[in-house]
Amino acid sequence: MEATAVSTKAQERNAIRTWLDQNRRGLSAFVIFMGLWILFLITAPGTFTNPQAYRAIFTTLPIDIILAVSLVFIVTSGESDLSFPSVFGLSSYAFALLVSNEVSPVLGLLAALLVGAACGLVNGLLVTKVGLSSLVATLGMNFFLRGLINVLTQGIGIPLTMMIDTPFYNVLVGQVGDVPVAVLWALLVVIICLVLFNRHRLGTHIAIVGDNPESAKEMGIDVARTKILAYVIVGLCAAFAGVMSSLINSTWWPTAGDGYLLRTLAAVFIGGTPTWGGVGTVIGAVFGAMSVGFIETGLIGAGLTAFWTQFAYGLVIILSLIGHRFNQGRYR
Amino acid sequence: MATPFIELKHVYKSYGSVNALSDVNLTIEEGRVLGLIGDNGAGKSTLIKLIAGVHSPDSGEMWVKGKKVTHWSVAEARAAGIETVFQDRALAEQQSIARNIFMGRELTNAIGLIDVKRQREEAERLMREIGFTSKVFSPDSRVLTLSGGERQGVAIARAIYFKAQLVILDEPTTALSLTESEKVFAFVRQLRARGAASIFISHNIYHSYDVSDYFAILDRGRIVYTADKSEVPSADVLIRKLQTVARHGMLDIEH
Ligand SMILES: Nc1ncnc2c1ncn2[C@@H]1O[C@H](COP(=O)(O)OP(=O)(O)O)[C@@H](O)[C@H]1O
Ligand SMILES: [Mg+2]
Repeated sequence: MEATAVSTKAQERNAIRTWLDQNRRGLSAFVIFMGLWILFLITAPGTFTNPQAYRAIFTTLPIDIILAVSLVFIVTSGESDLSFPSVFGLSSYAFALLVSNEVSPVLGLLAALLVGAACGLVNGLLVTKVGLSSLVATLGMNFFLRGLINVLTQGIGIPLTMMIDTPFYNVLVGQVGDVPVAVLWALLVVIICLVLFNRHRLGTHIAIVGDNPESAKEMGIDVARTKILAYVIVGLCAAFAGVMSSLINSTWWPTAGDGYLLRTLAAVFIGGTPTWGGVGTVIGAVFGAMSVGFIETGLIGAGLTAFWTQFAYGLVIILSLIGHRFNQGRYR
Repeated sequence: MATPFIELKHVYKSYGSVNALSDVNLTIEEGRVLGLIGDNGAGKSTLIKLIAGVHSPDSGEMWVKGKKVTHWSVAEARAAGIETVFQDRALAEQQSIARNIFMGRELTNAIGLIDVKRQREEAERLMREIGFTSKVFSPDSRVLTLSGGERQGVAIARAIYFKAQLVILDEPTTALSLTESEKVFAFVRQLRARGAASIFISHNIYHSYDVSDYFAILDRGRIVYTADKSEVPSADVLIRKLQTVARHGMLDIEH
């Protein structure tokens, strides 16, 4: 009896250890976020006890989150994607162009997703079939697609004010009571990505391919196909985020997406996904995006000028990487 | 004679300008152990990667169970009951033991969701079977934390789980301790006892002589010697053959 009780205890301890071990990256991202939040609660109590501040954060946070969780897939696969800001711009352009010509917004959204997926496919083919470095190929794509947008639009935006309060608008970016619907959509994307990344064959193959592509090949995993699908996930999420963002702003701008490159990458790395591939954390990226979202508001609330923003980003990125480094224990 | 499991006929394979295999003819018999011997760079790994479906030959024919194969891939090799323990063990170090065992063949439902619970249970059972006695490891342990012998165990666990008819072991005992190597030999003997065929590649001719039923020597991409164990009185005879091959280069093929 005694012995069984002890071994059950031991088993429980083991289970807890396993859980901690499997979630250590996400957990440390959570700790970083909580640390920031508490810091801001102390230094800027006026702002962070005021629900209004959260409302402001929560209007842009869904975009950050959707972009960040999708990037976890490509970074875990051992590649990178710097083209998502322009994919965001181009696919939301397709949406804006169609709805401003009185096409149904649902079709507009589908078209945007199609453009996003196609861009992901092109990125994936350039990297896996042409054999280009993903850093350079997607950097090139980012310039190329932005250039394409500028040439097509001559730098002129598209107003989407006619969308405001339409059923489509309300379903995508309206409010349910005090909660912006966009937050719920982001939550849905996060849940899908969590399942895909942790429980689905594709997520598993992405991690294996990023860990050791030679082994993956020997075990019959199609490395190229797996990486292409990771790029498609980024493309789809960039398109969805782009459409949402344009609706929130009631305007499509030719610069749409531009501001997201560095802050999204920062969110992924603050979130605990390392650069070397094979491991990543979707939930960590959510906390990473929240950290990034809170920094700007927090600094202004603490009475600092916006000039401090980049300084703070830099500090948080470096400090959190040091934190992850110490927390990753014997793994690398 | 019964139909062989696999026959290679005039197989060539090169990597760019390196001719890894030239005019290879080889028969893999049912239910017996082939000891494949050869110096570093002789082409042993290349040869078994063709059989495993990782690479395809530049030219030549492969016959499996009496049928000439046209498309050959890792998936098709597996469907034919071929399991390979690769020289690099084909592990993804940052992933769990369970993930590694089921790598590329996850237990999934119709929409691709993995039955994580079943994979854990099967992994746990296999770990006991291959003698992971330490309580420190669970199916969730990362391969990075395992020793060389334990890693080899994970690679072998795949062959056990998927009930192979032909198991290829590419230098499975290199860098293993004596007791760990013993486990690998025991595994090969078990395979033969249940009627499965295997290919055993080793640098250690004594190991190879002990477990194999017939031999083939590969030298610079060519099969230069094949023999049944009955024709080879001792491991030393094999060693002398290897030395002659090394000294004189290409010999006439001797049977
Ligand atoms: N992927 C590869 N690319 C280029 N050359 C290779 C590759 N794999 C093996 N080789 C070359 O092919 C020859 C045979 O190698 P291998 O089959 O690994 O020999 P062994 O397993 O007998 O040591 C060697 O000269 C090796 O350098
Ligand atoms: Mg080899």
